[in-house]
Amino acid sequence: MTTNAQTEVGFHARQHGRWHWSEFAFWIVVLAVGLAFPSRYLIMTEILRLALFALSLDLILGYAGIVSLGHAAFFGVGAYCAGLLSVHGLINEPVLALIVAGLAATVLGFATSFLVIRGADLTRLMVTLGIALLMEALAERFSNITGGTDGLQGIDIQPIFGVFAFDMFGKTGFFYALAVLFVLFLLARMIVHSPFGLSLRAIKNNPLRAAAIGIPVNKRLIAIYTVAAFYAGIAGALFTQTTALASLDVFSFERSADLVLMLVIGGSGYLYGGLIGAAVFRMLQELFQWITPQYWMFWIGLVLVVIVLVGRHRIHAYALWLPNLVLRQIAGRKAAVALTDNEAP
Amino acid sequence: MTYALETRGLDKHFGGLHVTRDLSLKIAPGARHALIGPNGAGKTTVINQLTGVLEPSAGRILLEGQDITDLPVHKRVLRGLSRTFQINQLYPDLTPLETIGLAVSERLGGGGNWWRRMGTRDDINAEIAETLERFRLLDVMNDRTSTLPYGKQRLLEIAVAIAAKPRVLLLDEPAAGVPEGERKDILAAVAALPRDVTVLLIEHDMDLVFSFADRISVLVSGALLVEGAPDEVARDPQVKAVYLGEAA
Repeated sequence: MTTNAQTEVGFHARQHGRWHWSEFAFWIVVLAVGLAFPSRYLIMTEILRLALFALSLDLILGYAGIVSLGHAAFFGVGAYCAGLLSVHGLINEPVLALIVAGLAATVLGFATSFLVIRGADLTRLMVTLGIALLMEALAERFSNITGGTDGLQGIDIQPIFGVFAFDMFGKTGFFYALAVLFVLFLLARMIVHSPFGLSLRAIKNNPLRAAAIGIPVNKRLIAIYTVAAFYAGIAGALFTQTTALASLDVFSFERSADLVLMLVIGGSGYLYGGLIGAAVFRMLQELFQWITPQYWMFWIGLVLVVIVLVGRHRIHAYALWLPNLVLRQIAGRKAAVALTDNEAP
Repeated sequence: MTYALETRGLDKHFGGLHVTRDLSLKIAPGARHALIGPNGAGKTTVINQLTGVLEPSAGRILLEGQDITDLPVHKRVLRGLSRTFQINQLYPDLTPLETIGLAVSERLGGGGNWWRRMGTRDDINAEIAETLERFRLLDVMNDRTSTLPYGKQRLLEIAVAIAAKPRVLLLDEPAAGVPEGERKDILAAVAALPRDVTVLLIEHDMDLVFSFADRISVLVSGALLVEGAPDEVARDPQVKAVYLGEAA
């Protein structure tokens, strides 16, 4: 009987990390969309970069409960690092340069994590915001290195592995970004379904109890903040490599704030929220800019207010009502998508 | 002799408020020790200092002869000092399975693993199953903790503390707020604790204290008033005046 209980416990403990069929469907749709719109590579690549950036914020906000308004600091370090490696011809192979740029952001993440893990949400908002502002000011001050307000000049990205050259339609860039996003997504997925990942959720839920069962709270928060910085750095480096641009706005406050909007739209704490949120955000932005080029921010603001007031759970329930109904009729399934979403930030 | 848990001249001020006064407790290995005292006597403050949530203003704390005064909370747990809270401190969004799983993973040294999926270590699964079974939580192991009835949450609170396999367990009013019907499960769980685990019980319920404890310390205004066997304490005129007299 105890062996049964053990098997059952093992089964249910692994259940949370098991691949749901809707996840396969999600990635197939992403790939299909990529193949179906060859004339839209540029905007789709932008969405992939945003998605990776949002995934980074989800790791700390959705899982560990660390709020940040300065995530662009790591994005910017990754972006400039990738740009400088290229301009000075230090590392010409893009994948290697990408990793080095990510590691540069990781160093900054580790160094600043000690400031961020102290204090409550408001303190964290201010500290992260402050760090991003500092980085922006430093980049402007050392314009001899960064190119200042003109941006970094002369970025020329060599072919990936010396084989796949970046083309003017952005095809290589798109598939490169997709591959990077997918690999890092798999890594993030592994992390959040591990005992380490679960301990982050425990810390978010109740830090007092987490410490009282032997979880080294600060160590875990430092670890995930550092990992998230790596992800954001990679997103920034992807930006530089796929656009051949790096200017001061990589550190901008808007970049950090938009990121929070994406997670609010997509939902945090289940990994796909950042990806969906990034796509929806960028498409909405495109739509509103097309309707009213000057006042599109108004509509984005309105959407945000509605989402927060109505509640994302209810919106998801409405959006999934029809697909669920169809599925129930056809397959006798309970739900199309089972979201294990936490509360909105 | 080496005590399971000992305090030497423990002192705590909050500004001008003196909440623990020169408290020296000695708790023998395997003891069932109760710490009682009227409301505001500073019992929970003592627990918080023992577990590392609060830093004492003066004095030392020894766990099995080793000074733990300067250790952070989680290191004391790994040294074998675990506690329950007077007000449930659980993870509302997690299930009992995950809650117990975390405690077991941390103790068996798998808590920091980021490459292994939950549920892939048989030794951890076996212990989770054993703990859930012992506390009759198997049938609700996949429910979110926030949806469990209060009595089950209280059981989970104790189960988590025990999943850490403590050598010294601090129970802060384990039966507080539990409805009469669910109370016996809690009392049975407390009574069934392994004999070699030293227990320090903080409780208001005198029936529970006198049925459980083999030694009682009475705390008044942060200082130790009397310590002794239950019948000695019950007979003590000072205790009657200060504590039991108040209740009568």
